[in-house]
Amino acid sequence: MTTHDHDTTVFASPEPDADDVADAYGASVHDDVEGAPVFNVSGGDWNDLVDEATALHEERIVVNMGPQHPSTHGVLRLILELDGETVTEARAGIGYLHTGIEKNMEFRTWVQGVTFCTRMDYLTPMFQETAYCLAVEKLLGITDQVPERASIIRVLMMELTRVNSHLVCLGTGGMELGATTVMTVGFRERERILRVFEAVTGLRMNNAYIRPGGVSQDVPHGAVDMVREVVTELRRGIHELELLLNENPLLKGRTVGVGFMDLTGCMALGMTGPVLRATGLPHDLRKSAPYCGYETYEFDVITRTGCDAYDRLRIRIDEMYQSLRIVEQTLDRLQRTEGQPVMVEDKKIAWPAQLAIGGDGQGNSLDHIREIMGSSMESLIHHFKLVTEGFRVPPGQAYAAVESAKGELGCHAVSDGGTRPYRAHFRDPSFNNLQAVASMCEGGQVADVIVAVASLDPVMGGVDR
Amino acid sequence: MSDEKKTDTGPELEDADVQAIPDKEIDTPETSTVDDPDALRPAHSANISTWRELSADEREPVLAGERRGMFGATRGQDTSGYGGLVTPTLFPGASPRPYGSYFDEVADRLGTALTEADGPAYHDAVEKVVVDRGELTLFVRREHLVPVARAMRDVPELRFEMCSGVSGVHYPGEPGRELHAVYHLLSITHGSRRVRLEVAAPDADPHIPSIVAVYPSNDWHERETWDMFGIIFDGHPALTRILMPDDWPGHPQRKDYPLGGIPVEYKGGTVPPPDQRRAYT
Repeated sequence: MTTHDHDTTVFASPEPDADDVADAYGASVHDDVEGAPVFNVSGGDWNDLVDEATALHEERIVVNMGPQHPSTHGVLRLILELDGETVTEARAGIGYLHTGIEKNMEFRTWVQGVTFCTRMDYLTPMFQETAYCLAVEKLLGITDQVPERASIIRVLMMELTRVNSHLVCLGTGGMELGATTVMTVGFRERERILRVFEAVTGLRMNNAYIRPGGVSQDVPHGAVDMVREVVTELRRGIHELELLLNENPLLKGRTVGVGFMDLTGCMALGMTGPVLRATGLPHDLRKSAPYCGYETYEFDVITRTGCDAYDRLRIRIDEMYQSLRIVEQTLDRLQRTEGQPVMVEDKKIAWPAQLAIGGDGQGNSLDHIREIMGSSMESLIHHFKLVTEGFRVPPGQAYAAVESAKGELGCHAVSDGGTRPYRAHFRDPSFNNLQAVASMCEGGQVADVIVAVASLDPVMGGVDR
Repeated sequence: MSDEKKTDTGPELEDADVQAIPDKEIDTPETSTVDDPDALRPAHSANISTWRELSADEREPVLAGERRGMFGATRGQDTSGYGGLVTPTLFPGASPRPYGSYFDEVADRLGTALTEADGPAYHDAVEKVVVDRGELTLFVRREHLVPVARAMRDVPELRFEMCSGVSGVHYPGEPGRELHAVYHLLSITHGSRRVRLEVAAPDADPHIPSIVAVYPSNDWHERETWDMFGIIFDGHPALTRILMPDDWPGHPQRKDYPLGGIPVEYKGGTVPPPDQRRAYT
């Protein structure tokens, strides 16, 4: 931990803080440290600072790690009280990435909501989209009308997203431990998945691909073959990661027994996902409360019993193989259901145009344009009304949960009968799981804080929304 | 599509359906009366009556506000004639017994548990039960929320060991019950059963007891709901803002709080901020 030489603040010396310069961003907390001035560390030799701080013979040192620190997974602020290298108290400060997505969704149509919630946890866009769409479909009462092919595509996209998210988790987690090769391998493999997303949805991230009632467009010609190829490459890449990580003595030294969180703790703190499964409980919503037809796929729920950062990492690796298993099953089904609809039949909900990527690289539907501009005035009116006004959803509330890469991602949607969500609340797994930072880190070393936080795999976009 | 249909209830729930209401045929609200409490008792809760005849009023949909107009023309430019249209927002009213699925069992067990723990009577604690879209919602009176949550967690037959947070909803059109806190409970033991607890508080007295002592996972969730809606969770260990800055005025997700935003110019045109655009209500 001697390499944290920037954006780290140490409160230590007892002399009064004379620096009353207005601090526009509230970066140094004057009111909290009465009488104890602040060391703002940005560059320089850490050892000099440590000497200076220890010369004061102050026992209590509070280190403000973040909110802008490369190893805190985004703008997470960790407030650590230290006794030497031991963390005596740890608190997480969040909210630096709050963008008011939930409030914004109340001012757009139900379909536009997808575009917003996909940006929450930017590593798992498909999960937010699916959770939201499942909730809206439940409100509309069309859950059983969603075509089979749409569900298959949803499962395909979700499982690729899971692999994507786990790869970033391992990659950034490795980087935070100083293993840059893990990072490059992880991001190289992720790139393959993003290429699939781009081919299918037109966008690499923030896809807004899954819509209430189905998906926005069918997978393009040749996508199945492309994914098949990518799955083979991913298997090879993940195996490479496995060889790098699984029995790596350095990695095991840093992660085994670190960030301990047993089943009791998980239950009390509402932890889900790999953290919960690392305690041996095979809880996975895909098995216990299946959605999108997950009950028809063959896969295993991976559990381990170590309750530590190492087991969470191993679970993520094994889960990626399971996800690829599911992806291969979806590919077979996609070939079987070729040509079937990917959106509900109800023309009051389904957008009229089925876009396809044209020669100009833009989404186009020439047949539809010909119809609304050339032959049918009513089609034009309908298109205009549906896209600008949107559809109405009967009043009520619904909760839909999916097993995201990080745990239970729930969406609580409330409708007042209008064309816009009255309230859309997301229970983000990272938000919930970050609460465990205190119990995972207190009593451990400063360096273990990084490992523990990385093993939770929080994404601040989802935490702060 | 058949496998999609299962999303609503899940395969386990169909089993629970069979077990939960063995007395469905003999014990419907139609055959039972309030002055014959023995007839109301399901077999497994010998000393509690959680069955009760609903009045016609209770079954009526709940008015939670109204929407005005049709085409969003609110600034005097309405030429459609629909500007005076008032559409009430009607949420589903109380559901009669039997609720179906595992819902009857949950309600009955909760009633028994509350009595055994010398807690509030079931009908004092639960003001209304709504079964809608395959989901069970228990409307709990706020003063009885903690004993209800404790029973939901601790009783082996209920065992909702996880609370996936609290979601606030602001209904300015419901006088005296403007602020709602909605809790979603999950029982892993009983195959991912879910129950929703809904608690209401008036704007003038926005206090709801904290259930952090029962579900520690609700710590941050309650802070978020305080931050966004101004609901004060009494008994929370440190109810401070979590997403907004500490000195932020107001609670952003309340309906009376503006969205904000500035007009954006693009290629000569100006797009007003989303809350000032013409919108279809």
